[in-house]
Amino acid sequence: MSRPTLAVWKFASCDGCQLTILDCEDELLAIAAALDIRMFLEAGPSELLDHYDISLVEGSITTAHDAERIVDVRARSGLLVTIGACATAGGVQALRNTADVAEYCATVYARPDWIETLATSTPIADHVTVDHELRGCPVSKRELVDTITALLAGRRLPITAHSVCVECKTVGHSCVLVSNGTPCLGPATHAGCGALCPSLQRGCFGCFGPSESANIDAMHTAWTAAGASDDALHRALCTFNVGAPEFRDAAARLSAATT
Amino acid sequence: MTHEHRARRFGVEALTRVEGEGGLIVEVHEGELVDVQLRIFEPPRFFEGFLVGREYTEPVDITARICGICPVAYQMSACHALEAVCGVEVDDALRELRHLLYCGEWIESHVLHIHLLHAPDFLGYPSGIAMAADHRPEVERGLRLKKLGNRIVEVVGGRAVHPVNVRVGGFYSAPSGSAMHELADELRWAVGAAVDIVRWVSTFPMPEHELPGDTALVSLRHPTEYPILGERLVSTSGLDIAADEYLDHFTEEHVEHSTALHGRMLAGGDYLVGPLARFVLNADRLSPRAAALAAEVGLTAAERNPFRSIIVRAVETVHACEVALSIVVGYSLPTRAATPVTPRAGVGCGWSEAPRGLLWHRYELDEVGRIVSARIVPPTSQNQPCIEHDLAHLIEHSLHLDDQALESLCEQAVRNYDPCISCATHFLDMRIVRS
Repeated sequence: MSRPTLAVWKFASCDGCQLTILDCEDELLAIAAALDIRMFLEAGPSELLDHYDISLVEGSITTAHDAERIVDVRARSGLLVTIGACATAGGVQALRNTADVAEYCATVYARPDWIETLATSTPIADHVTVDHELRGCPVSKRELVDTITALLAGRRLPITAHSVCVECKTVGHSCVLVSNGTPCLGPATHAGCGALCPSLQRGCFGCFGPSESANIDAMHTAWTAAGASDDALHRALCTFNVGAPEFRDAAARLSAATT
Repeated sequence: MTHEHRARRFGVEALTRVEGEGGLIVEVHEGELVDVQLRIFEPPRFFEGFLVGREYTEPVDITARICGICPVAYQMSACHALEAVCGVEVDDALRELRHLLYCGEWIESHVLHIHLLHAPDFLGYPSGIAMAADHRPEVERGLRLKKLGNRIVEVVGGRAVHPVNVRVGGFYSAPSGSAMHELADELRWAVGAAVDIVRWVSTFPMPEHELPGDTALVSLRHPTEYPILGERLVSTSGLDIAADEYLDHFTEEHVEHSTALHGRMLAGGDYLVGPLARFVLNADRLSPRAAALAAEVGLTAAERNPFRSIIVRAVETVHACEVALSIVVGYSLPTRAATPVTPRAGVGCGWSEAPRGLLWHRYELDEVGRIVSARIVPPTSQNQPCIEHDLAHLIEHSLHLDDQALESLCEQAVRNYDPCISCATHFLDMRIVRS
């Protein structure tokens, strides 16, 4: 049986999630042997094929050109897997969605008329059908390797739905929010990092976006009890996953309550 | 030379083996080079716009997201600038940990670039993975060393891409002695491996080429260290300035073919930042073994061939491994993980040497520590004019080559600069373009 063909595509992003593929130092040569990597500009391959069995997509859609390009990528792809917060939620650049992009553009560029950009940064799934999503800013190396392995073995893709809170309990960390009064997004944040920040005595800041059925209002109560302002929670929700509906809507409710 | 007498236009639609997305347009007419454009079409992300109004604690995590390849550089330059605003100098022990963290990023980034992005050009392969078929031991050695670089960033920073343990003033938690101890054995192997890498890349066939004569080399400088965490900026044109004097000497311009701004010296002329510039200006600050190796492979302070920057990267990797080893071996748990920081109103500038060159940040805070304005100048936007002029210079001397050979040579030459296009795109300049 011939090896499945793989493409890695980049939209608006920092390159960190595709770098995570190259960071699989122990697995990289095995992955390259098991998969026929035909498109991965950062690593070298640049063959435009009519069909790739698997496409990994990094980045969000922020230009009209990219909105067309993702449709083309979808048409060339068997399975399309989005990797990272930009692709799954619009990334930190989705902060533009509630701001005046023309003003940003004028602040950053001397000639805004030379800049082509949309008013929004949107996740890939807003534009085309996505078969599987890997969350995170950046994605977890372990989840990435698990997913590639599952695809190659034809087994069910690994899916987690629980929160960082559950990861903390599994590892046995004491709760930074309850015990230390450190504001933490762990109760409402999707698992995947292995409760990294609480292990360093830091509150989770939401790299993996909202967990399933996240109860942000209850978390808000716990933050208030810990002495954190509504503004602090608002800013915490408005970072790398600000485009995820649960975070976006909770942030909007906080804004509405304070104005 | 018949083809010199017709118009030639070739382009590399999408450069490969660079970080981020860009292309290259070269126009030759009547045997004369008309135009070279390094096109950067990476979509802008407006970081400096949305930093305004955030708290002084936030740029460390937010600006890391500018670049997945060198997030530590963003975190360190942001810390330096914000600590300058707040009048804080971190404890020596914490500065050592920062130095170690940064060595990890240098090792990871340099080894990635040498093995997976650049060596394939010199040895005639389309990618590092393809190269591994014939050079497996070298690629495996590189991957092992790259993994160690990432491991250092994980031990000190918590995560290889976008570390979570860095804060203004220091860290959230200091790494345990045992985690640091575990790095030492692998670092002992790494010093030797990095030495072998220097000798390996020094055997690569090197195109004869020099930077245009008027290109200034610019790097940080430190009184005793190789300038990863340098204090002042120096140049071959005689500059010696502090971080808050940067804008008195440098500016950025917006050009139509790029969403990255172009760096210029106000005194005129292009300048180069990155390994070659650092080495030329700081060869006397390398660790003894790195300095001896540089001499062994013929690198001198007069080096001007950008193709040889792959050798400089390897020499810097030796240095980073040695510095990391000495910090790890001498480590004891610091008395506190962070120096306390109280925000205050003011302006502060800070910088550091990202793997691919100088990275400068400037923040203005209000009295409660909110960001009033932010400005970031990354290495690749500073190098972009230099890259274009260097390519023009190279192409003028290589017009006898056919299009395919010339194209390959140009791509290889772009990679000399290890351009990070993701980084370069998004930056603030309110000055009017000079025409």
